[in-house]
Order: sequence, then structure tokens, then C-alpha cells
Amino acid sequence: MSTLNADQLKHAYRRMKTIREFEERLHVEIATGKIAGFTHLYSGQEAIAVGVCEHLSDADAIVSTHRGHGHCIAKGADVPMMMKEIWGSTEGTCNGKGGSMHIAEIDRGILGANGIVGGGPPIAVGAALASKLKNNNTVAVSFGGDGSSNQGTTFEAMNMAVCLKVPKVFVMENNGYSENTGASYSSGGIDIAARAASFGMPVFKADGADFFSVYEASEKAIAHSRSGNGPSIIYATMMRYFGHFEGDPQLYRAKGEVEELRKTSDCLQIFRKTITDQGLFESTELDSIDDQVMTLIEESVEAAMVAPRGTPDDVLTDVYINY
Amino acid sequence: MPIKTTRDALNEALFHEFARDETVFVIGEDVAGGRGGSSGDVGCVGGIFGVTKGLVAEFGEHRVIDTPISEAAIVGAAAGAALSGMRPVAEIMFADFFGVCLDQVMNQVAKFRYMFGGKSKCPLVIRCNTGGGYSAAAQHSQTMYQMMTAIPGLKVVVPSNAYDAKGLLISAIRDDDPVLFFEHKLLYQSQCEVPDEAYAIPFGEAAMPREGEHCTVVAFGQMVNVAAQAIDSLAAEGITCDLIDPRTTSPLDEETILESVEATGRLVVVDESPPRCGLTGDIAGMVADKGFSSLRAPIKQVTAPHTPVPFARELEQSYLPSAEKIAAAIRETLK
Repeated sequence: MSTLNADQLKHAYRRMKTIREFEERLHVEIATGKIAGFTHLYSGQEAIAVGVCEHLSDADAIVSTHRGHGHCIAKGADVPMMMKEIWGSTEGTCNGKGGSMHIAEIDRGILGANGIVGGGPPIAVGAALASKLKNNNTVAVSFGGDGSSNQGTTFEAMNMAVCLKVPKVFVMENNGYSENTGASYSSGGIDIAARAASFGMPVFKADGADFFSVYEASEKAIAHSRSGNGPSIIYATMMRYFGHFEGDPQLYRAKGEVEELRKTSDCLQIFRKTITDQGLFESTELDSIDDQVMTLIEESVEAAMVAPRGTPDDVLTDVYINY
Repeated sequence: MPIKTTRDALNEALFHEFARDETVFVIGEDVAGGRGGSSGDVGCVGGIFGVTKGLVAEFGEHRVIDTPISEAAIVGAAAGAALSGMRPVAEIMFADFFGVCLDQVMNQVAKFRYMFGGKSKCPLVIRCNTGGGYSAAAQHSQTMYQMMTAIPGLKVVVPSNAYDAKGLLISAIRDDDPVLFFEHKLLYQSQCEVPDEAYAIPFGEAAMPREGEHCTVVAFGQMVNVAAQAIDSLAAEGITCDLIDPRTTSPLDEETILESVEATGRLVVVDESPPRCGLTGDIAGMVADKGFSSLRAPIKQVTAPHTPVPFARELEQSYLPSAEKIAAAIRETLK
């Protein structure tokens, strides 16, 4: 049985639904050619980001990945500003200087999505080190996946976090593919959780399609790290619905794989079913959240399309604080 | 005024800043040293050149953080802490090791502020030793600062003496942008007058340790001292030179260089890095662009050759720009 009350459950559902609709809408908009650059969508994995971040406050830090929209929304990022950023507006989260892969809101503890696979875990160790030095009871979380688990920086960060005994949580999202290559091929020893555990951290495993599973694993992992016991790992599996990037023809995936995932492993459907099965409240109560989310996304897109763009002078600003 | 080594001057700078600001800490391999060793003598190393010696005894283990040999994680950890309100001074030992943490330096630290639309601050210093003269061979003798100077978002400091080293390190720690600080190995034991108190030397302001009329010589780090020898040796021939020590390569004090070249009409640029895509070509290009009409002779560049740094003492001495080579280049501009 869930320990969450109805308000908390609705909050989590709203975040998951917001991520889903944000990404599904981008999938449509990007196909029209209106959005520049590389965009990597998180659809399918929403329960992981939200299941983790529901345990975090603004004072806690996350470092995200190139597939970062979900983590940022789960951590409370401003959705209309994110949309503007992706459209390249000066009113975006990063004034149009970062785009999809670099969304950050430092004041909300979002220390950046990150375009480099494996770039984030060392930075999150540093945020956790700051927590330890300030003794302020905060934690730092890095997201990564089967791809970044093959980067040396991930292992350096794990070892360093254990050595320095910092409040750092590594979230390992196995979404089945490292870019266009299956995890079963690219990982020597497919059990990524076992690799991580070998550094001497507790591993908490979760079903990445089930919010409740991720939430419970995260509760244990984050409590472990927050109470001064050093780093921990959350390992969750859930395949992504879309390609590596938008425009990826996904020739590496069998026909029907995604359709099957959407049918059997949809975190939103699973959430609704759990609510009903456990008799927590009528799942129809979530319908109004759906409507509100659709309105938010629609308004965000409309605003982003007409939001102001930068001038040549803007290219030259914010390289340094002073130079 | 007391005479101090560059090592002691740098050590003093750290002591001043540790005492002034409790968010300052050092992180790196053996910055305290001795943790986990059988002697139990934590603090016995103080950095391989002794720059962080004594900090752990004075300020405690939480501010002098020994790490595994993991340069990417050292820089990343310092970066994450800097984004989170701390003021870390990371040490990666040898400049050559930027090769194993370049992503964190180039793609992360240097770009946070720009990528995040000016909404982040990363007050981080990365210290390292740099340069040849120790027979440390090809992987422990490179300068690297010329490569890092090319990266927007970083500030790059290359001191040439103990006095500047102290004032520049204090500025680096107080700076709100990421700063790479290159300490030439041959400077650690070299001495000059260094005040006991804290003082900050601003970035982007060159020093001029020699003033003359026939030629402008620009040199970096330890090469400032070699160029000074060259210039002093030419006094007997009646040749005098301005010697400019930019002290920081990013930002660069272009104005002092251009003003000097306007007066002398001649320019020799000296660096111990290899010649391609480096500081000597950078400055020669800048002067050709902005000060061409001042020039009365072709610009000369004195650099190491386009080779790795050799090991054997004789080979390395041949590799490094010498006072004789610099003097010859100055004479060449006067022909």
C-alpha cells in the first residue's frame, strides 16, 4: 500500500503526465522542422524521474543527461520557460543559449542537463561534497543510463563518492539502448547494478514503468544517503518510447516493440490501475489533471513560437562574469 | 621585504584565502597525503611540490580533500561544488593530465555560464604544474596553457615569479569565473621578495620587468626569466628591450603589447610550447592585425620544436628555448 496521500499522488501524476505530453508534443513539433538542434525525448521513463524527484526539495541537486526534459520537469523546472528554451528564445530557461541538452535552473537545484554522456556524475559528486561540507542535510542525484555506465567518468564518480562518503545518489536508468546500440551488446556484464554495487554502495532496484516501485526504491536510497551513510544507487529499467534523438529512424528496433511498450508498460496507465486497485481514489479524478496539463503544454507551445529571439549582441554575453 | 620561494608564496596565498573565506577548500591527489598509509601521518605530503603543505593541520581534513587518482572526478567534483556555493581549489598535479579530464574542463566548467544563460557561477581554480626542465619526459613536461587559452569561458594564469604567483593565486581564488593556474616546475624553488600580507594582482594586466627601446619581447611563465637573461646579455651590444610578461594569457593585455611595439617597432614572442596554434602565433597575429604599421621588421617567434618533450637532459636543454636563441632572435629583428 502506498504511504502517499491523495495530494501527493496527484502531484506525482501531474508531473509524469506533464513530462509525457511535453515530449509527445515536441515529437510532433520537431517533425515540422520548427525546432533546431538535437532533441532526445524521455517518453516512457517518466516514472523514474518523478519517482526519484518526489523525494527531493529545491535545496537538493540533480545533474541530468542529454535526455533531460523529464528530470528537469520532475524537479520542478518552469515548463513554459523550458519550452521557450527549446524553441531558442531569449525568454527560455537559459536565454536560448543552451537548448534542449543544457536546461538548468540552479536555484531549483537543477545543475544542468548535460550533452556529454557520463559528464554529469562527477559534477553531482561535487554538489554532494558541498552538501557534506555545508552539513545542510541535502543530497545530490545524477541520472545516467546503460550508456553512461560505460563511461569511465561514471566509475570515477562512484569510486570518488564512496571514498569521500558524500550524500550522492546515482540513478541508473537502463532504457535498453545506448544511442543506436542495444545494452545487451554494449555492456560487458549486462548487470549494471552489480557493477555499481561492486564499489560498495547499496543498490535499490525498481521497475521503471511503475511509479510506486521507483518511489519506494528511491525512498530507501535517498534516506540512506541523506542520513550520512554515503552514496547509493537506484537502478531502474524501462525502455524509451522514442529514438535516440528526434529524426532517428530506429532501424535497430524490431517492428512492434514500441507499440507493445505503450500497451503494456505505460507508467501513466499503471499508475491509474494501481490507484483503482488499491482503492485510493477514483482514477477519474485524474482526468482534470490531464486537461490542465494539455492546456499548459498548448499554451507553452503557443508562447514559445512567438517568444523573442536573440540578437547578434546576445552571442557575446555571459561567457564570463567579468573579463 | 622577506625573500620567499614560489612554493612558499603559493602556500601563503592558500593560507590567506582559507582563513578569509571558509568556502575555500583544496581537492586533489595527495594534497594532504598520508591518508590510509601505515604511518597514519595525514598531511605528510602537502601536494607533490609542497604547495598545500600545512593546510590540513591548520584548517582540518574537511577542507583538504585527498582523492583517488581520478582527474575527471576531481575536476567534476570541484565544478559541482563550485556550482553549489563553494570555492574549490582543485589540483591535478601535472598540466599534462588535462588530457584525462578535458571533458570536465572544456565541455563542463568552461561552458556552464554560457549554456545556462548567465544564471550560474562556477568559482573554481584548477592548479597544476607546467613545463619542462625536470627531465620528466613527454607526459609530464608539457605546458598545456596555450591549448587551454583557446577555450572561451576559462581564465588562464601563468606566473613567472614568486611575487606574482602569490598575488595571482589570491585573485584566482576570489574570481567568480573558472581559472586555470599553471605553476612552472622550475619556479617552485626560485625566490624573490614577497610580502607577508595578502594582496591581489588583477588579471589582464601585464608586467614589464625590463624596459628598453630596440625591441619588444613577450614571454610567458618561466620563459620570462630566460628572456630576461637574453636581454641582459645584449646590454653589452647596446641593445635594450621591453620585456612583457602578460601574467594571464586569458584575458590578455593586448594594449601593453601594442603600445610597446608602437615604440620599438620590433617584436619577439617567446614560449616553451610547440610552435603550432600557440601563443606566439596568436600574439604575432594580433600585432600583425592591430599594429602592423608600427612594425619595422618581421616578427620573430621562439618556441620549442614541433616534437614531444624529450627525456635526456641534453635533449631537453636543446628542446627548450634558450637565452642564446632568444638573443639571436632579437638581433635578427635589428638587422
